[in-house]
Amino acid sequence: MIDNFVIPLVKILVVLNATLVGVTYMVLLERKVIAWAQSRLGPMRVGPYGILQPVADALKLMIKEDITPVRADKWVFTVAPILSMVPALIVYAVIPFGPIVQMFGHPVSLYITDINVGLLYIVSVASVGVYGIILAGYASNSKYPLLASLRASAQLISYEVAVTLTLVSVILMSGSLSMVSIVRAQESSGMWYAFVQPLAFGIFFIGSLAETNRAPFDMPEAEQELTGGFHTEYSGMRFALFFLAEYANMIVVSAVATTLFLGGWLRPFPNVHVLSFLGFVPGWIWFLLKTFVFIYVFIWIRATLPRYRYDQLMRLGWKVLIPLGIANLVVTAILKVLL
Amino acid sequence: MTPITPYHYLVLSAALFMLGVIGVMTRRNIIIIFMSIELMLNAVNINLAAFSQQLHNAVGQVFAIFVVAVAAAEAAIGLGIILAFYRNKETLNIDEMNILRW
Amino acid sequence: MFESILFYTLAAFILGFGVLVVTARNTVHCVVFLVANFLCVAMIYVMLGAEFLAIIQVLVYAGGIVVLYLFVVMLVNLKRGPDAAPDRRRQSRVGFVLAAVMLAEISAILVYSAARPASAVAAAAATPLQTVGNTEVVGMLLYTDYLIPFEVASMLLLVAMIGAILLAKKEI
Repeated sequence: MIDNFVIPLVKILVVLNATLVGVTYMVLLERKVIAWAQSRLGPMRVGPYGILQPVADALKLMIKEDITPVRADKWVFTVAPILSMVPALIVYAVIPFGPIVQMFGHPVSLYITDINVGLLYIVSVASVGVYGIILAGYASNSKYPLLASLRASAQLISYEVAVTLTLVSVILMSGSLSMVSIVRAQESSGMWYAFVQPLAFGIFFIGSLAETNRAPFDMPEAEQELTGGFHTEYSGMRFALFFLAEYANMIVVSAVATTLFLGGWLRPFPNVHVLSFLGFVPGWIWFLLKTFVFIYVFIWIRATLPRYRYDQLMRLGWKVLIPLGIANLVVTAILKVLL
Repeated sequence: MTPITPYHYLVLSAALFMLGVIGVMTRRNIIIIFMSIELMLNAVNINLAAFSQQLHNAVGQVFAIFVVAVAAAEAAIGLGIILAFYRNKETLNIDEMNILRW
Repeated sequence: MFESILFYTLAAFILGFGVLVVTARNTVHCVVFLVANFLCVAMIYVMLGAEFLAIIQVLVYAGGIVVLYLFVVMLVNLKRGPDAAPDRRRQSRVGFVLAAVMLAEISAILVYSAARPASAVAAAAATPLQTVGNTEVVGMLLYTDYLIPFEVASMLLLVAMIGAILLAKKEI
């Protein structure tokens, strides 16, 4: 009873709440880091150094007026934020935050579930997330959101091909689709896959920037030309749902990159015995640290790089990343057979 | 309540197939007709998966995957034809697709 | 017990969304109901122990094919839907009659075969051969026994891709 029902429920609650709180603080982190990059202070008013800013933001979003445009398709307009929020959250079901640990006399696995098609599950759930974007643009009955949503979905679909190709080469290396087994395979081979598959790692990173609509690929939200993107007509809590989904997706791709390429919960250099003192730090802390590094790099890139043009973005995706991904896959397969 | 047998899945699949047939027969928007065909293909896949479980043989699932592949090809070509047709006649009504030339 | 509740709930959702797909007036609403229908069918596959098929269903159908439908629906921005025009030749009534005849036929077959279950099927079910549904088994079958169909399917997809590009291009 306690092992089958209570512990999973507690894990789900912890992961969901940690995600939502993490997302709100990520917004603060982003504002702070960008401010520092531009020699500003960032939010300073709410709480010491502005650390209560997320609370204020959440309160503001909750009490704002919730507007539905008159000519909007009301039903779809309501469903679209939900359709983009739910996939962003249920992906966390297969993310392995750590190995199985003993907690209060019970063996507790630090992941919600480990299904044997875990990686494909992430890809497929992420591909359903595109509906929220398209339907939001359609239902707003306004030209800028429609243009932005078509851009966003075209971008998402094209870069999904490149990202999935890199995932296939990781699957070839590990011989499994389960996220936990992929980490275990990296443990037994003694190498993070970022060193074995540097090209795949690079393609995955660029592709995930594009898939989460982050700078320098944030064309769908280009304020100067599209007045803010597919959620222009949304306000209040519904807008907040889109916002949360976007940042939750950023955490997801960071966590997936950590699991696949940086060894998940493993300590750095898992095969070097001199560094075994690093093993005293629990696995989940390593996992969160690596994920944080990714998120920081995401923000750093946004503060540093200018935006791509739309045709350049498509050319990069289809003419550079996808051929590179296929070549990487073929070479990996040949080496796997030969060695 | 009786346990769930393959017959339950067969009845479900037959009902879903009938819904697809009704859609194809009664609607005149060609996109909705295409969607009804997808419903029928899904009904077939439920059948294949149910038999695959009952016979403890994964071949049914392999066939279902082929059905999905063919459905993807069909959707790509079919929607291409719909777009070409729409460019020429500005309509999606299947009753107006009654000439064999443009 | 749990399985029964799950099955009847999913079946109700599948059929309900199916009815909405074939009756909804707005084509975009149809597409949304179709996605919901496909996701419920994927859960039925999980119940049947076909996880890989379920994931393929979500990835290819819900994440690929239906997105294509949605794009086309938005590209062909219709002022007046085809179903708004009066059906002069009463074809939809004939359609209902034909569908009802087919429903009667299928239910007759079901009732007839449910009355006397086939012995061969029961015998096969009694001897479990292998664990079904995991990715390895399906992959092994696809790349050994069904290698040629697999290659033909990939050829078909290639041809479909080229054909779709040719059809959708304005001038070649």
